Amino acid sequence: MIDTASHLRSVTTARGVTSDVVVFGADGAPPVVAFHGLGGHLAGEPTLALLAERCQVFAPVWPGFGVDGGEERLDDMLDFALHGADVVVALELLGERPHLYGHSFGGMIVAEMAALAPELYGGVGLVSPAGLWIDEHPIPDLYSMLPFDFPHVLFHDPATAASVLTGGIDFNDPDALTGFLIANSRRLGSAGKVLFPIPNRRLSKRLYRLGNRCRLVWGTSDRLIPPVYADRWVELLPQADVVMVSEAGHMAPYEQPAAVAAALAELFVAA
Amino acid sequence: MKFTWFNLMPWPDMPADFREQHRSVWVDIPSSLFDPARANAVYHQYMDQLEYADELGFDGIGVNEHHQNGYGIMPSPNLIAAGLARRTSRAAICVIGNSIALYNPPIRVAEEFAMLDCISGGRLVAGFPVGTPMDTNFCYGQIPALTRDKYAEAHDLIMRAWAEDEPFAFDGTYNQLRYVNCWPKPIQRPHPPIYIPGGGSVETWDFCLDHDYNYSYLSFGGYLAGKRLLDGYWERVAERGKDESPYRAAFAQIIAVADTDEEAEALYAEHMLYFFNRCLHVYPGFSDPPGYRTIETIKAGALDQFRAAMQKLFANTTWAQLVEAGHIIAGSPSTVIDRMKDLITTLRVGHVFCLMHNGDMPDWKTRHSSKLFAEQVMPALRDMWPEWAGDDRWWIHPLEDRVRPEATIVDARADASIPVSSPS
Repeated sequence: MIDTASHLRSVTTARGVTSDVVVFGADGAPPVVAFHGLGGHLAGEPTLALLAERCQVFAPVWPGFGVDGGEERLDDMLDFALHGADVVVALELLGERPHLYGHSFGGMIVAEMAALAPELYGGVGLVSPAGLWIDEHPIPDLYSMLPFDFPHVLFHDPATAASVLTGGIDFNDPDALTGFLIANSRRLGSAGKVLFPIPNRRLSKRLYRLGNRCRLVWGTSDRLIPPVYADRWVELLPQADVVMVSEAGHMAPYEQPAAVAAALAELFVAA
Repeated sequence: MKFTWFNLMPWPDMPADFREQHRSVWVDIPSSLFDPARANAVYHQYMDQLEYADELGFDGIGVNEHHQNGYGIMPSPNLIAAGLARRTSRAAICVIGNSIALYNPPIRVAEEFAMLDCISGGRLVAGFPVGTPMDTNFCYGQIPALTRDKYAEAHDLIMRAWAEDEPFAFDGTYNQLRYVNCWPKPIQRPHPPIYIPGGGSVETWDFCLDHDYNYSYLSFGGYLAGKRLLDGYWERVAERGKDESPYRAAFAQIIAVADTDEEAEALYAEHMLYFFNRCLHVYPGFSDPPGYRTIETIKAGALDQFRAAMQKLFANTTWAQLVEAGHIIAGSPSTVIDRMKDLITTLRVGHVFCLMHNGDMPDWKTRHSSKLFAEQVMPALRDMWPEWAGDDRWWIHPLEDRVRPEATIVDARADASIPVSSPS
């Protein structure tokens, strides 16, 4: 049994951006670099903890999502994709062809990274990735949503949302509320550089380059990026397969961590 | 004191159940509510009122820019200003302003403002708002976290375009132009007075002070609610070692004057309630996209005026509450004089943008209120800042011998016959 306990590392990229990286699992297991979604690292990252039973997972905190700054140095999609690659370099994983995993916003970054330099990476696991747009199925506008809209849009079971999203913050405490607003503004503000107003930076033009083994994992009740988007991804990535996860919404990694981790482990360990 | 007559240009026909039927007056207001044939009369009425304000002796006449907005049918204030420049020759034309981050490239603003300054004979006041999130981010798609950076670059480009006399290359992050060559140039040198409308971003204060621009606090909350922000602004002015000329600051205030306090309520209450209840019904999700406000501003607690709490307040407000809280200044001339004096001294402002047309106010009421203000209120407020009487740093400097369109209208109607040459 591999030890899945996590520990924190800090890396500084060649660009000069410092990021915390949460490392799950033991040395020697196949390395996976995991990029979080718009909420940052949430609820102890149960999917990553489970994945660490078979892989070693490196989960960087994206600039703007943690205590470190650096978000002001990343302005557009190329900056974002290169920062992801820079983190892989800073982790000294480059020669090991690490697998890539990304959820939602993180999935968009991972797909861009792999499209830019597919030979650097092993398998690519994408859970409900952003990055494509279908006119007939517009993705709801997260940037105009009020906090009480999030549970229904993001979760299969909205009742489970509060503890995951807020980490138990008491919004009646003005200081806690201000802290939450600042953190939320930094997170979504930074990500808005590639997501606002339409989360489409023409990734579809570049996906032909992504020839890696690829698996898409999608919650059947994803109301943010509905499952019809999985079909579009497969059109663009014919080698990819799709694993649908029932009783899960956009936040599948937090609602059904066992199923998501199993789907990813199968890809990464076999790749 | 300088007084500018302002018209937001609200759509006057929003249904009584607008608040119940629609989530927002701004961004996604159903365009089926807009009747273009009706707008023909509405636009002319509103422009007539602005021209009337010029005749009444207001120092300025003011217009602004909003998009997809039920209380502002003026996506291009420059079009309105061009019309006003042709039909007036005295008042300042205050365009407060153009959301410069939205123009692609922003040199367009330098050109159009220069045109307005030339047509008006040097009467342009140029406003450069960052723009609301509704207009800038949700209607015009600018990325919230980059909006201020793009704004700053647009500002630098416009000011340099006005200043330079030789073509130059501009290598910006958002604008790359090989030949910037502003043609025409504004009459007012080095540039028209610059007004920066701010809602409460602390960075805006420093920006105004860095460049010695006027800071204009525009809200519908009224002067009592505005005091906290203006106090912060004046503290910053003192910290920066700048003089405390009241003309550094402007404030927008909803005003309604009648012969008596009772008449004011009888004449204007329904229209004020139309404005607060229907026109300010903005979906809170549009008011604060993450990334738009800076961290410093959030920390300072400068919350925007379209938050859910404010929405509830305005939804059920009464005339008495609006007057009491200073959201509006209304009543007889003497009542309005007293409260305006309180506003002017409390906020320390030398400029007031007088919101005299509000909601679905009919033309005659707008004129009645405006005339009483001009004739009975303004004279009592003129000399509120005697120690700064000659301070015209933030006001227009028009040509003395400018074309006066009302005098030359005969020329415009002239026929094409060959002029009879005078005997030599």
